[in-house]
Amino acid sequence: MQDQIDLTGLRVAVTGGTSGLGLALVRLLTARGARVAFVARTAELVEQVARETGAFGIVGDVGRKDDIYPIALQVTGNLEGLDVLINNASSLGPVPLAPLADTECEQLELALAVNLVGPFRLTKALFGALASSAREGRGALVINISSDAALNAYPGWGAYGASKAALRHLSAIWDQEAVDDGITFLSLDPGDMDTPLHAAAVPEADPAALKRPEVAAAEIIQALAAALPSRREAVAS
Amino acid sequence: MIGTDARGVEPARLLAVDADGRMRHLPRAALASLFKPGDLVVANDAATLPASLTGTHRPTGEPIELRLAAWVSIHDPTRFDAIAFGAGDYRTRTEDRPPAPPLAVGDRIDLGPLTVVVEAKQRHPRLFRVRFAGPTTTVLAGLARHGKPIQYAHRPEPLALWDSWTRIAADPIALEPPSAGFALDWRTLSRWRQRGVGFATLTHAAGISSTGDAGLDAQLPFDEPFRIPERTAAAANAAKARGGRVIAIGTTVVRALEAAANLMGGVAAGDGIARGRIGRETPLRVVDAIVTGVHQPEDSHFQMLRAFASDDVLSQISRALRESRYHEHEAGDSVLIDRASEMLLAAV
Repeated sequence: MQDQIDLTGLRVAVTGGTSGLGLALVRLLTARGARVAFVARTAELVEQVARETGAFGIVGDVGRKDDIYPIALQVTGNLEGLDVLINNASSLGPVPLAPLADTECEQLELALAVNLVGPFRLTKALFGALASSAREGRGALVINISSDAALNAYPGWGAYGASKAALRHLSAIWDQEAVDDGITFLSLDPGDMDTPLHAAAVPEADPAALKRPEVAAAEIIQALAAALPSRREAVAS
Repeated sequence: MIGTDARGVEPARLLAVDADGRMRHLPRAALASLFKPGDLVVANDAATLPASLTGTHRPTGEPIELRLAAWVSIHDPTRFDAIAFGAGDYRTRTEDRPPAPPLAVGDRIDLGPLTVVVEAKQRHPRLFRVRFAGPTTTVLAGLARHGKPIQYAHRPEPLALWDSWTRIAADPIALEPPSAGFALDWRTLSRWRQRGVGFATLTHAAGISSTGDAGLDAQLPFDEPFRIPERTAAAANAAKARGGRVIAIGTTVVRALEAAANLMGGVAAGDGIARGRIGRETPLRVVDAIVTGVHQPEDSHFQMLRAFASDDVLSQISRALRESRYHEHEAGDSVLIDRASEMLLAAV
């Protein structure tokens, strides 16, 4: 059913776009006709994914304050505006995972910088563009990629879980505050996927038992289309 | 590693001047409660490109700064009209900057990761048409990384990109900030909404505001492209039809709305180019009031205010701003001026 969703002309930004769920999203969004800009840290990978998908590649680290506005400028400059922002880039904190008592402060700060403060900063920098899209009747949406670790207390997942819990709450509050500006916030848990991040966290996991990121990406696009007034018909069909 | 975002310390002020020239000193936060249900506030939601680029003139090895001053074609960031300066930076007043090395058509200038070629000399010895080498995406990345916001000696601390974006900043086509928009925040927009005051935006590519050269300054503002969304034009026309007022946040909004207005005061949606200056002789067909920064009488921004108020009232405003020590320039305080009725202006 989700194969029917036509996203032609939709302007979407994805962070963490060169691996795992982010890469699957960039591939699927471009295949559905969306105009996509994606962000990742490694220039060679960015170039490779840009070449493969036709999306605009942006080199940057959402965990670094100084990178945020240059990223935002390239997103809106390339797409001439923005309808959907997907904050997907994530950091586990300590790798391998560690109990909180063994977690260095800097590792917790890294998880917060990438998973919480980065999405806050980037959303704030792009809020004007999203509100502009909403004022023009195109709709506007922020999707923050969450995790069941945002809800459940899994030992060893302290830095990641705390940062994702905070991001989930940030999304819920911002959704309330921005409702009159026409901007919707969704916090979506894609489930346990076969991604490099999951492999770093649980190396012994059997990849075959995990969800494929392409499946999670299709579900997210379904939710995205359902949340945008201009695309709802596509979902119904 | 998780830094702090510094913002202003002392609350900004607003000098509100009504159509009869009466003045009130208010905290700027009072903007949220000033207008009436049925009025429409229109702001410029352009984000700002970091349009000051430093580098080296390849033929001479001399240092050079280019300030992107005007688009050749909107949304094509590979070609601009640019003003060239010699050694130094914004800390030196533009009037005192040494000239750039002599530039010839075909010269290459290295600007950090970017290279431009001088395409043509323009109508002033310091104004050149330049073309960036490489595709649009690469040029945008280079501008984002290497460019700095255009800034002037009156503000000594170096500005970051985030200092040059208003809260409503969207499409990055301004070359200097549409600075009156710094008076807006999301709380203010929410209050207006609750009170039935409309809010709409247009996108106007605010260009360079000062060059340090009297001959070149006399040509400002350059032609500036703008876009008025359908909904904004409809909102402006509906406000006028019901007797509401249209309040422009900044001079760029006045330029765009008046450029898009027909003789009856109807606003057309779409892309346009604002040309020339607005001043005493310009009939305002759409805009009833302006919120602007605090400017000196010699600024072109101030000249535009002559379309709103008589010279007597404007000199009273200047005196009041000076005596009450209002902060000038783009990060300073604000002034709201209700347009005097045509009758009053005609009597002056």
